[in-house]
Amino acid sequence: MTGCPKMIDAGRRKFLSGAGLAAAGMAAATVVPSAAESAPAPARVEYPSNRLANVRDLKVDEPVNVSYPDPDAPGVLLKLGKRVPTGAGPDGDIVGFSTTCPHKGFPLSYSKSDHTLNCPGHYSRFDCDAGGQQIWGQATQNLPQYTLRIDANGDIYAEGLDELLYGRLSNVL
Amino acid sequence: MAYKRQTDRLPIIPKDAKEFNVTCHYCIVGCGYKAYSWPVNKQGGAAADQNKFGVDLGKQQPANTAAWYSPSMYNIVRQNGEDVHIVIKPDKDCEVNSGLGSVRGARMAEMSYSRARNTELQRLTDPMVWRYGQMQPTSWDDALDLVARVTVAVINDMGEDGLFVSAFDHGGAGGGYENTWGTGKLYFGAMKVKNIRIHNRPAYNSEVHATRDMGVGELNNCYEDAELADTIVAVGTNALETQTNYFLNHWVPNLRGTSMDKKRAEFGSEPVAAARIIIVDPRRTVTVNACEVEAGKDRVMHLAINSGTDLALFNAWLTYIDEKGLTDKAFIAASTKDLDKALAANKTSLEEAAQITGLTVDQIRQSAEWIAQPKAGGARRRTMFAYEKGLIWGNDNYRTNGALVNVALATGNIGRPGGGCVRMGGHQEGYSRPSDAHVGRPAAYVDQLLIEGKGGVHHIWGCDHYKTTLNALKFKQAYKKRTDMVKDAMSAVPYGDRNATINAIVGAIKNGGLFAVDVDIIPTKIGQACHVWLPAATSGEANLTSMNGERRMRLTERYMDPPGQAMADCLIAARIANHMERVLREQGKTQQADAFKGFDWKTEEDAFMDGYAKHEKGGEFVTYARLKVMGTNGFQEPAVDFKDGKIVGTKRLYADGKFGGKDGKATFMETKWRGLQAPGKEAEKNKWPFLINNGRTNIVWQNAYLDQDNEFVMDRFPYPFIQMNPQDMAELNVKQGDLVEIYNDNGSTQAVVYPTPTAKRKQTFMLFAYPTGVQGNVVSAGVNEFIIPNYKQTWGGIRKIADAPEAVRDLTFKSEEYSRG
Repeated sequence: MTGCPKMIDAGRRKFLSGAGLAAAGMAAATVVPSAAESAPAPARVEYPSNRLANVRDLKVDEPVNVSYPDPDAPGVLLKLGKRVPTGAGPDGDIVGFSTTCPHKGFPLSYSKSDHTLNCPGHYSRFDCDAGGQQIWGQATQNLPQYTLRIDANGDIYAEGLDELLYGRLSNVL
Repeated sequence: MAYKRQTDRLPIIPKDAKEFNVTCHYCIVGCGYKAYSWPVNKQGGAAADQNKFGVDLGKQQPANTAAWYSPSMYNIVRQNGEDVHIVIKPDKDCEVNSGLGSVRGARMAEMSYSRARNTELQRLTDPMVWRYGQMQPTSWDDALDLVARVTVAVINDMGEDGLFVSAFDHGGAGGGYENTWGTGKLYFGAMKVKNIRIHNRPAYNSEVHATRDMGVGELNNCYEDAELADTIVAVGTNALETQTNYFLNHWVPNLRGTSMDKKRAEFGSEPVAAARIIIVDPRRTVTVNACEVEAGKDRVMHLAINSGTDLALFNAWLTYIDEKGLTDKAFIAASTKDLDKALAANKTSLEEAAQITGLTVDQIRQSAEWIAQPKAGGARRRTMFAYEKGLIWGNDNYRTNGALVNVALATGNIGRPGGGCVRMGGHQEGYSRPSDAHVGRPAAYVDQLLIEGKGGVHHIWGCDHYKTTLNALKFKQAYKKRTDMVKDAMSAVPYGDRNATINAIVGAIKNGGLFAVDVDIIPTKIGQACHVWLPAATSGEANLTSMNGERRMRLTERYMDPPGQAMADCLIAARIANHMERVLREQGKTQQADAFKGFDWKTEEDAFMDGYAKHEKGGEFVTYARLKVMGTNGFQEPAVDFKDGKIVGTKRLYADGKFGGKDGKATFMETKWRGLQAPGKEAEKNKWPFLINNGRTNIVWQNAYLDQDNEFVMDRFPYPFIQMNPQDMAELNVKQGDLVEIYNDNGSTQAVVYPTPTAKRKQTFMLFAYPTGVQGNVVSAGVNEFIIPNYKQTWGGIRKIADAPEAVRDLTFKSEEYSRG
């Protein structure tokens, strides 16, 4: 059985609504004026589909260090041991997050006891059971979570992110 | 569920983007930011020569980089009539925040008015008047004519005491030197309005009368003193959440021991060590936790006193420090008077204080020693005292404030590096007004007078009593009734007949009605009752000057257009004055009309030069052009010179040992303990089971006037929270997220339950001033002798209303406390 986690609140305000989309498209188009007709710039970045692990590799509450979408973007895969709204896998309990704090870029550390990711820089805390919601902290965004796909073999693929990663102005460099 | 923006890239700031100086317009700290703007059809590139940072943005940037901005720091706004991209990001070169952004300030761009990206569309764009049974847009001239005619009619009938005013007195958004001067010149210059109150309290008074009466201005040190102190005494201030980057950038280095080099450079051979901190707060806050994380538990003393008993603790400190001979005798002799009187009146033993505060004798003795015990070699300990709303809005404000200043004076800690006795502050400051002496002391209890039916017209400037006053439920009931009378009268007049409208309004006022004019940037809660809304510009939409908690003055440059027809408050005040002058001349009242001359300002800079530059200490050295050059670091007021192209400021007040008294001395104050001072508080405490302590939380600025339209914030807290001990929850049979009613004889309100194991039994803490549950509804009308409200000492009952509403069902309710794990 494969599970595809639902995107979190994808329907609400997005950067690419309204004039933001126009600006992004237009800017790409200005480089080669005719390119707009023949090869429209995609509205979103192209996310790679990266195999991060297999469900067999995951044990409840034992974080697996990964990176996505490239080796410079550290993250974590977690099997929470309980079904969560954004969970993937047969038990709906597998989630993946960036582990770079979206406030100032410090590395987050996982606390098994309460399923949180914690920042030693300025004490921000994110709840892995609640889609990476910032429990308390300085970041102006909740924690970027991976869009996960799990194939028939149990291989876990990351295929997208729902927030901008710290330290890059495009999630895919 | 956790709100996500689905943003996977942002436009890059091009090399030639415009750059503006910005001071965050929210809290007192005033972090430095830079705004960058560029045309909407352009963008920079990842290559180092194509972006503002000159770095290769094709690579991952490291922690603390200046070359990154979050989606909340980006928007598309109007600038000189054109859409532009804007990024407002923290400035690494500002000494206040060194590039740190708080969860509030780092959302300034996202919290700007943008029709292109649908942010803050709640902003008022046009003057609005009550017409056809609802608020309708109109022209400035139409709205101002109505305001002027009704105001003049009321003054003709009742005198200037019939005009009630609620007005901000602070800096930052909804304030600043320009706008306090504009409103001040109108109400204290052209008129002598007495029935006036300030944005967050029901009278026109100081929150810190006592320290001023003692000759000690309340913002007397600099932020660097928090890096230099041996001991920090924090009273009723939850600085990590309410003065975030002051705490992170200046307190934490001292707690970590990373400001030692600075100490050695400043103090030479004097022994130095990482700071100790004493925190006086009935509640364990995230500030207490962070201090323990950084300094270790043995250097943090959290004095969790019985709510409202600070005064007894301070008197015991003073008594003990004197008895042990730990006072600064040279300083006391040279710079103060009346210590003997204060000692006699305030004498409190450790045992007495322990009994009142609930602390142990050892805790009080040890904390006194942390404050005053000399260092090795006999050097005086440098102790910084900081206080805020826990004291200011707590029991017996005046005496408690005085009692803390007594301790700071007795230990010689004002005017010296590593010292100070300061309020931490809420908003920034930016006060410049003609004398308010005619208001008197105690000042009129304006909210109470409004409840009692006094006054005929009410001008409101950037205040929302419905969310931010005490006794709020009764206030709203009375206010709605009175303003409805005028609405009904207006609705009965055929449109177009201005004279008939004025007559109908005046008639309704004579019957107890009230005509209300609301000047604000958004439709407020109190605005629902008003008859005219006048749209104001906010910080960044007009040039604005303010100072922060260490008197650091900066100019925030105009980087975008105000929405629609909105104008800076100072210009709105000027236009009201112009219209009042015209109406008075029409009526042949030449002398009265002449009082409204001098409001011919065209820009906010005109108001600044008329007000601050002419009237404030050192104002002659300050201009917009000079402030622009001073950038995000500005200078510390008062200015004392202009030299080598720079304004020269004042790092610390009273460094020469001369204080504000007529004889240059600071005066100790007699501050005897008298229990819960405000009328009715003791009975309330005895009657109801739960303390309803209250205050702010990190993510929300003030009463959420902008946050209420921000999905990131409203997703986190759709309703105010009430922190509660899990055992209390079990007894009440409520679960996390359940909606509960908080009630007492003053009124009732609602909140969702946030389980908090560190909360003491029967001691709750509710988010203050939130639009979806107003804590002020249950705060009694009881005030101190100078009409300062007492929000903190509130007691009530709690009952379950419903299971967790849908909006909170999937929210996190985990502990806010960070741990190293």
